[in-house]
Formats: sequence, structure tokens, C-alpha cells
Amino acid sequence: MTTFLGVPTRRLAGPDDEDPLRGSRPFPAAAADAVRDPVLRRNLRRATTTIRAKREHVVSEVADWEDLRDTGSAVKADVMARLPELLEQLESAVTARGGVVHWAADAAEANAIVTDLIRRTGADEVIKVKSMATQEIGLNEHLAEQGIAAIETDLAELIVQLAGDKPSHILVPAIHRGRAEIRQIFLERMADVPPALTDEPRVLAMAAREHLRRKFLSAKVAVSGANFAIAETGTLAVVESEGNGRMCLTLPETLITVMGIEKLLPSFGDLEVFLQLLPRSSTGERMNPYTSLWTGVTPGDGPQEFHLVLLDNGRTNALADSLGRTALHCIRCSACLNVCPVYERAGGHAYGSVYPGPIGAVLTPQLTGLTGGHDVNATLPYASTLCGACFDACPVKIDIPSMLVELRGRAVDAGRGGVPDGWAAAMKAASWVMSGERRWSVAETASRAGRLVAGRRGRISRLPFPLSRWTRSRDLPAPPAETFRQWWARTRGDDDAGPDAGNPPIAGTPAPRPAADGGDRP
Amino acid sequence: MSTREEMLGRIRAAVAAGAPLAGGCVPLEGDGPDLAVDGVPRRYRRTGDQPPGSPAVLDVLVDRLEDYRATVHRCAAADVARAVRTALGDARSVVVPPGLPDGTVDTAAPDAPEVVVDGRPEPLSAVALDRIDAVVTAARVACAVTGTIVLDGEPDQGRRVITLIPDRHVVVLRAEQVVQTWPETVALLEPTRPLTMISGPSATSDIELSRVEGVHGPRNLQVVIVDPA
Ligand code: SF4
Repeated sequence: MTTFLGVPTRRLAGPDDEDPLRGSRPFPAAAADAVRDPVLRRNLRRATTTIRAKREHVVSEVADWEDLRDTGSAVKADVMARLPELLEQLESAVTARGGVVHWAADAAEANAIVTDLIRRTGADEVIKVKSMATQEIGLNEHLAEQGIAAIETDLAELIVQLAGDKPSHILVPAIHRGRAEIRQIFLERMADVPPALTDEPRVLAMAAREHLRRKFLSAKVAVSGANFAIAETGTLAVVESEGNGRMCLTLPETLITVMGIEKLLPSFGDLEVFLQLLPRSSTGERMNPYTSLWTGVTPGDGPQEFHLVLLDNGRTNALADSLGRTALHCIRCSACLNVCPVYERAGGHAYGSVYPGPIGAVLTPQLTGLTGGHDVNATLPYASTLCGACFDACPVKIDIPSMLVELRGRAVDAGRGGVPDGWAAAMKAASWVMSGERRWSVAETASRAGRLVAGRRGRISRLPFPLSRWTRSRDLPAPPAETFRQWWARTRGDDDAGPDAGNPPIAGTPAPRPAADGGDRP
Repeated sequence: MSTREEMLGRIRAAVAAGAPLAGGCVPLEGDGPDLAVDGVPRRYRRTGDQPPGSPAVLDVLVDRLEDYRATVHRCAAADVARAVRTALGDARSVVVPPGLPDGTVDTAAPDAPEVVVDGRPEPLSAVALDRIDAVVTAARVACAVTGTIVLDGEPDQGRRVITLIPDRHVVVLRAEQVVQTWPETVALLEPTRPLTMISGPSATSDIELSRVEGVHGPRNLQVVIVDPA
């Protein structure tokens, strides 16, 4: 059943690794390939530029945006501090409403639970609504091995799945594909493709609608993630646009939701904050077209069997760290990706993890832990210019730049005593990348991060960090004294001045606030 | 030990180990993020400055809905059936929930569409619904600033599936159901009901982030706002 869409089971493009949280190459090497791909760069540039403008527009019309961010941040800190009791509260609320709660310590356990639940229904096919948690555990691949076809129903996920590709963005997994490529993928891989397919986004979307309609109407089992789970009431929320989420959450007899333990909110009322923060940060809309909320099983309406799988898979590693745990506050809006100059150039695949971009650079190494100085994930904290744009964009105020600096410091500590020859250059490189960034010294965030770095400078200068591989990949004898931007401009040698170009105002320049009569006041 | 106990034990240990330093967990001076765990600040607006259903609030809702490419019809209470008929366009068949107020859909007119009541006698199957052109429902509440209509499965709104499969959804809103802000909206919801929040017709921005209205959910959203008498 793995060829249900006429798709080869082996993926055609993308990283060659099989671990959803670890690539096969260090970030700099993978990024170097990406920056040499002009089509990829154009697609990324266009998409991130568009979405940045939309986000800024809808955020600027909310007069109390900063107050909402403060609350969002504080609520998430409270959730982390009370996680055990809130999880137990969620469990009893879901159970009281006819749902079944399962606990999964790692990916293998979660996959086994979901497989078993599907088997018991007798189904050999499930429909899926986009979910980071199931990507993180490699559920689709696992189900395929077990003879169960998992059909992605989100348009971008469908594109990625048809192409045998890997997602490259949290929100828009096919952001690396342009319309012409998508048309080609549909023509080659979609069994029932209309012959007159053009590359108009509307025509492509309608082809996907026809393609999936039959699947929706006959599906017996759906697998979803969750954007939020309310401990107090046992209510789960899925935020989406296309209606494929509603189809998955409403039509099948059995619904299986896989959710990271950090997705909790204490009370239903917290949605008054988070459903304001998420859509504006994510798609740059005042509200996303559809949000579905359900609590256990509702007799006569929707799936009559509901399972909730609570996933750890490394989250307790991050939780045990006073700084790192704030990475668990993430609501996966992807705003930090869209504003990141490094993401815009390198693309999502270079991070080697289902969590790319600034949040991926801090979350991924914490989820996996680092296996030593040669762990490719140790390179992720360097996938940043520390410009601070991610912190400013983050709706729950995660201080990603400070965390990156801290993780770099730890990479030094981890490598003590066994620094390979030739890494001295990388140590120097690391310190100039950080100290030479112009924006860094002028930005508000940077001044705070700057204190941290200064305090750590001795350690950072001893960094055995595989930045050497970056320089090696550029065939440089030794890192010259240049900034990230200069390096970029030189190695790209082309169309722009560097990572600054085309980016929105950064740290220290808050988004414009509407006049008293503007924005959302009628 | 079960996975549950093991996980909870590990989470308890992690929570204790990673407890934030007093005053926040980021060891920085100055105006760092507010990470205080005791006491959540709530300085944001929790109420509107305009009453529900007021002309200003309705105007914002209309603006937002039209921005989402929904079609808005406004009418007086006596004219609901006529407005609904306009909103139904050329639909030949219509499904309605069992509790939709009588007279919402005019069945007497010679060219009236065929009306099917869900659940009388049987709930309609998904396949049967796929052959029906439109659905007419009421709603629980609407939020003006976000242009969001919330359905909660009460008898005048019906099962979630009936508003999902037909391609045209006509929502009849009473003006007083329209509140200004999102917090006011959430405060009116009963958490354990199946809730569907709708902000315009289904859409996708997955292809080069250019928005296309109408994917799997109803491609056509018609909102009838019944003005106060
Ligand atoms: S870290 Fe913040 S900005 Fe980035 S995806 Fe998570 S919530 Fe969004």
C-alpha cells in the first residue's frame, strides 16, 4: 500500500538521512549546497518576503500586541512549571469525555501505539492533517513499513509527499517549490490529474481538492496533531486553512491525535490570547479560516473513538534546563523562520531536522541531546547571525539569540580535551562571526546577548566547533576577518548585499503601532 | 513501571531541575522576557469599547468578512427568508439542521430548492451530503475584529459534517450575536461542545504563499446579518 499514489517509496530529493531530527551533514555544508541553488533561493526569497509583509501588517493593527506577547510568554512558563499536574488534569478530562490517553516516551513507542490503534480498526489507510509531532517521530515511514498508507491532506504536505521530498518549513512545507515545479510534480505523480493542469495556484489547488475528496469521504481513521490542549477541560484544538483538518477531525470513525507534552494551556480562557497570537504570526492573517475544537467524543457528531498520544521524545531534556525549556514555549507559528536571514538563504533542508530555522537551531539539539563534538546538530546553534529578528517576531517572546549563544558555549565545554587539529581556525571564525555582525551591536536584543557573549568570550574562542567544515567547504585557507554578511556577499557573489537585504526592521525597532483610531477598533 | 509513571517521574524531575531562577529564567539584566512563573500578567484588552451588535461592530465584521471573500447580506428580521434565498444562489438542494428556525428557508416558492433536514429521520451520510449543494445554519457568536463565526453544534447549527461538505454555506447571524473582540468571543463558548471557528471560505496559501479561496471546506461562504428590528 505504500504506492497508493503511484509514488516511489524512495524519496527523490532532499536530505539523504532517515532521522527526522538529525541530518547527515553539518549545517554549513548543507547550507552551502542550498545557496548555490538559484531556483530554491528565488522561491524562498519570494515566499518569506510576502509573508513578512503580511505579518507586519496584521500585527501592527493590534494595539495590545505586546501585552498579548507578555501573557503568552508567562502562560507558557507557567505551563512548564506545572507540567506534571496539568498533564494529569488533561488526562482525566479527556478520559471523562470518552477519550483514551496514551503515554509515549519516545518515537518508537509513539509509532507502536499508533500502529496498534490503526490495526485494531482493520484499516490499511489513514488520512492525516499536517502535524509536526508525527513528522518528528517519522510516523508515515513507520506506517509504510507496517503496510499502512498515510495520506497527507494538507496541500503543501501533499506536494511534498508526491514529490518524495521533505518538508522545509513548519507552516508551508513546500515553500521551496515554485508553482511550475508543483505543476510538474502533480502531472507526474498524481494518479487522477486533470490533463489541462496549468500552474495557476487556483487550478493546482482544485486538482488537490478533487484528488483528496474520495479519500475524505471514505476514510475510517485519521491521525492529527494538536496546536493546543486545554488541561482544564480536555479540549484539543487544530488550527488550519483548507478544511482538510475539519475533514480529518469530523468524518472518520476513529481519530488519533499525537501531541507533544508541551502543547498544553491551563484553561480554556487562554485561547483568548493564543488564538490572537498564532494566526497573525503564522500566516499573517487576522484569523485562519478554520479552527476546530473538540473534547473527547461527542455522541452523534464526529469520530466516536478518540485517542490522544502524549509524546515526550526528548522534551524532558529541554525541560530540565532553565534556559532551554523556553524553547518548549514554541507554538510553531514559523514567524522566526520567515524573518531569519540565514533561513532565507539556507532553506529548511539544511537544518537536517523537521524543525528548521531559528527555533529548530535551539530546539533540535535539545531534543536529541548532543552525542559529542562531531554531532551534526552541534552545528545548528551557528546557523544564525544573532541579529535578533527572531526574538522580536516570536509571539511568545522566546529569546532565541540568548539561547544560541548559550548553546555555543556548551558546545565548547562538550569539546574540551579533544580538540582536533585544524579546528583552531574555526574557533577564530566563531568569534568573528559573532562579534563582527553590525546589526548585533546596535540591536536591543544584541546588547543583552552581547553581555552574555562577552562573559563567555574565553570559552567561545576555544570553540572546537565544526565551523571548520564551513570554511573547508568554501576552499578557504583560513577564515579571513570578515563578517557573516561579507562572507555571504563574497561567496554568493551575486544579487544582494547579504542577509540584511530585504529584511524587515529588526530588533529595537518595534512594529509601528496604529493611531488611536486605527487597527481593530471600530 | 508503566510508561505513564516513568514519563511523569521524568517530567517531575525535569521541572524541578530546570526551575527558573528567581525573577525569571534568563540570567540577564534589563528588560528581558517576562518569565515570572508566579502570576501571569494580563494587560491586553479583554472587552470591546462598543456593545455587541452595535453599528460600528457590525461594520467591522462586514469589512473583515469581505476581506476574506465571503459575501455579506444584511436584512431586517422580516426579510430573512428573502436574504437566504439570495444567498443560496443557484443551489438546487439544501441541507438544514433540525433546529433551524422555521421560515429561514422559503420552501413555498415555485423555484425553491429541495430542503433536506439532517437527522429526519436519519443523519445524512458524508456521501449523501456530497450531493447537496448548500447548507443553511445559525451560529453561536461572531467576532468582529477577526471576522470569525463560531458554530457550537446546537440544534440550529447541527452536526459539524453538514457545514463541511456542501460547497456553499449560508450562515444566518443575528446582529446581537456579533461581539467586538476575540476575548469576548471566547468567553461565550462552552468548551466541551464541538466548536468550529470559521473565518471566511476555506483557503490555502501553500503555493508560493499566494492565497487561493476554496479548497476542501465550502468554497462559498454567505453571511446573512439580521439587523435589529
Ligand atoms: S520560536 Fe516563536 S516565532 Fe519561532 S515558531 Fe516558535 S513561536 Fe513561532
